Amino acid sequence: MLIFLLRRLLQACFVMIIISVISFSIQDKLGDPVQQMVGMTVSPEERNQLRNELGLNDGFLVQYWRFAKGAVHGDLGTSYYYKEPALDVILEKLPATLELAFCAILIVILIATPCGVLAAIKPKHILSRLLMLISSIGLSVPIFIVAILMVYIFSIELNIAPSFGRGQTTEFFGFWESGLFNKDGLSHLLLPSLSLSIALMPIFVRLIRAEMMDVLQSEYIRFAWSKGLSARRIYFIHALKNTMLPVITVGGIQAGTLVAYTILTETIFQWPGMGFLFMDAVSRVDTPLVSAYLIVVGGIFVITNTFVDLIYGLFNPTVRLASHGL
Amino acid sequence: MKKRELAALIDVSFTLNRGERIAIVGESGAGKSILGFSIVNLISKPGYIESGSIKLENKELTTMNLRQLQEVRGKRIAMIFQDPMMTLNPVLTIGNQLVETIRSHTNISYKDARNIAIEKLHNVQIASPEKRFDQYPHELSGGMRQRVIIASVLLLNPDIIIADEPTTALDVTIQAEILQLLLTICQDNGVALVLISHDLGVVSKVAERTLVMYAGHIVEEGPTLEIINDPQHPYTQGLLNALPQMTIPGQRLNQIQGSMPSLAERPSGCAFHPRCPYATQKCKQEQPQFIYSGVSSVACFIIEDMLNEFTDTDKEAL
Repeated sequence: MLIFLLRRLLQACFVMIIISVISFSIQDKLGDPVQQMVGMTVSPEERNQLRNELGLNDGFLVQYWRFAKGAVHGDLGTSYYYKEPALDVILEKLPATLELAFCAILIVILIATPCGVLAAIKPKHILSRLLMLISSIGLSVPIFIVAILMVYIFSIELNIAPSFGRGQTTEFFGFWESGLFNKDGLSHLLLPSLSLSIALMPIFVRLIRAEMMDVLQSEYIRFAWSKGLSARRIYFIHALKNTMLPVITVGGIQAGTLVAYTILTETIFQWPGMGFLFMDAVSRVDTPLVSAYLIVVGGIFVITNTFVDLIYGLFNPTVRLASHGL
Repeated sequence: MKKRELAALIDVSFTLNRGERIAIVGESGAGKSILGFSIVNLISKPGYIESGSIKLENKELTTMNLRQLQEVRGKRIAMIFQDPMMTLNPVLTIGNQLVETIRSHTNISYKDARNIAIEKLHNVQIASPEKRFDQYPHELSGGMRQRVIIASVLLLNPDIIIADEPTTALDVTIQAEILQLLLTICQDNGVALVLISHDLGVVSKVAERTLVMYAGHIVEEGPTLEIINDPQHPYTQGLLNALPQMTIPGQRLNQIQGSMPSLAERPSGCAFHPRCPYATQKCKQEQPQFIYSGVSSVACFIIEDMLNEFTDTDKEAL
């Protein structure tokens, strides 16, 4: 277990270095931060002086070295717009995004699993065919159309749920602003998390269905039938546990897609999370904030996949890390 | 694509007495396995039983609903499959898979079920069953897994065990052990056995009666030892001749020319006629009926003609 985590940590460092190089090298392609910072009246000489002060005229390697030295100490630069450390600005928005992602994942698990199982057990049933049709549509319709449609139907026409913002939040441990523990916060969470989950749902329904159908053909399932077990036990214990193995792996990879979709969802619903912040940072050419975002997201991705590997071990005894003391 | 239904089994009929051990032999594609699976209605889709009757004592199995079948499966009729590496669920412990069988048929506590499971593991000569109980299938060897499967089949003291090539996937030394174990267990508990095999050598050690199948039909049926000593049907003769023991060392192994026809291309008349060395015009056109040859029941015109000639000469002599 310890060896596993150490190896993971080493891999993570390597991944983070690559991410930081990439995120840093795209910085000067985003536009001129100085132009966004100062007014039209500032002369070119003064602009150049400001560039010098910010170190923007130095070579790429010099800039990167300065950045990396800071990064090792947890300093990812200072946001041009907020005039605060970029990392702090992002971490402040982290809870909002994590809660949104968490709820979306929960919805995906709770809905995609039974749907996929149903579609696999009764592939010819009208409901299964309908599910497959809906999931095809879901795969091909862009998420922002779904989200805008939901805003139109549920907020404007039916007036069930609010369409923007986080609503009321409660503070925990002095830094975690949570919207999960009061009615207003939850109602604000409804539409964003639902539309985010719709983005991921079709893939999982189809994946679970395909894997489950495969598993149901296997000899151990036939043997389970021959033992006279109930259909429920065979489907939900014997088959589902085996079905989940590849699904978990894909789930980890989909974490990346999830991050991409949070940017979209947060923008549409004015959700004050990291993705929304990122879009603002890009339009303001707040380059330190952009790189800091990319690095934080990279870190989340690495952590998520480490967790996924641990969960995978719980499901699959053949790769269980028991021998290493888990 | 045109949908076409094919029959895997035609006119197959036999009885199994309490405690009796029978064998079903034939090449791959003869319909042995599907026969075994259809007894408890476990044929994979889209296959189905079109007509006929399968009775356990007086209860008709073909018309049972799933719930009634679940009571029969495992409890009255249990199955052992071909490949022990594929038969146990890889993500559940051995103990879990044993206990669930008991608990889905009876209302006993987990602890009692565990005790029964461990006792049965002990019966199939698994060392330290308590330890094995908590292990996963991948931690056991193939022979060990087949023992676990046999133990699992014995949990509810079934009346019939259907064993579909239980030793094919094992190596030869383990084969003999597993076969012996199966035989002892059936004898000790008075369990009837349907042994499905392509190996007459295996069959001769275990089964009292043998059914030889070819292309979905039974072609010969009789006491195992008699059939092995004096095979009647040309196909049975061919099968026996193909055993390596039947050849002098250094000589080429015997074989039956040709191969088993696919379901879609079953020949007319006696399905074996294209490969039969004695085939006549009549064999190509008509389906032979069962006759008793003095050794076994056999469906073959050659044997029928020989018997008729024999009785004719008898009559003349009289």
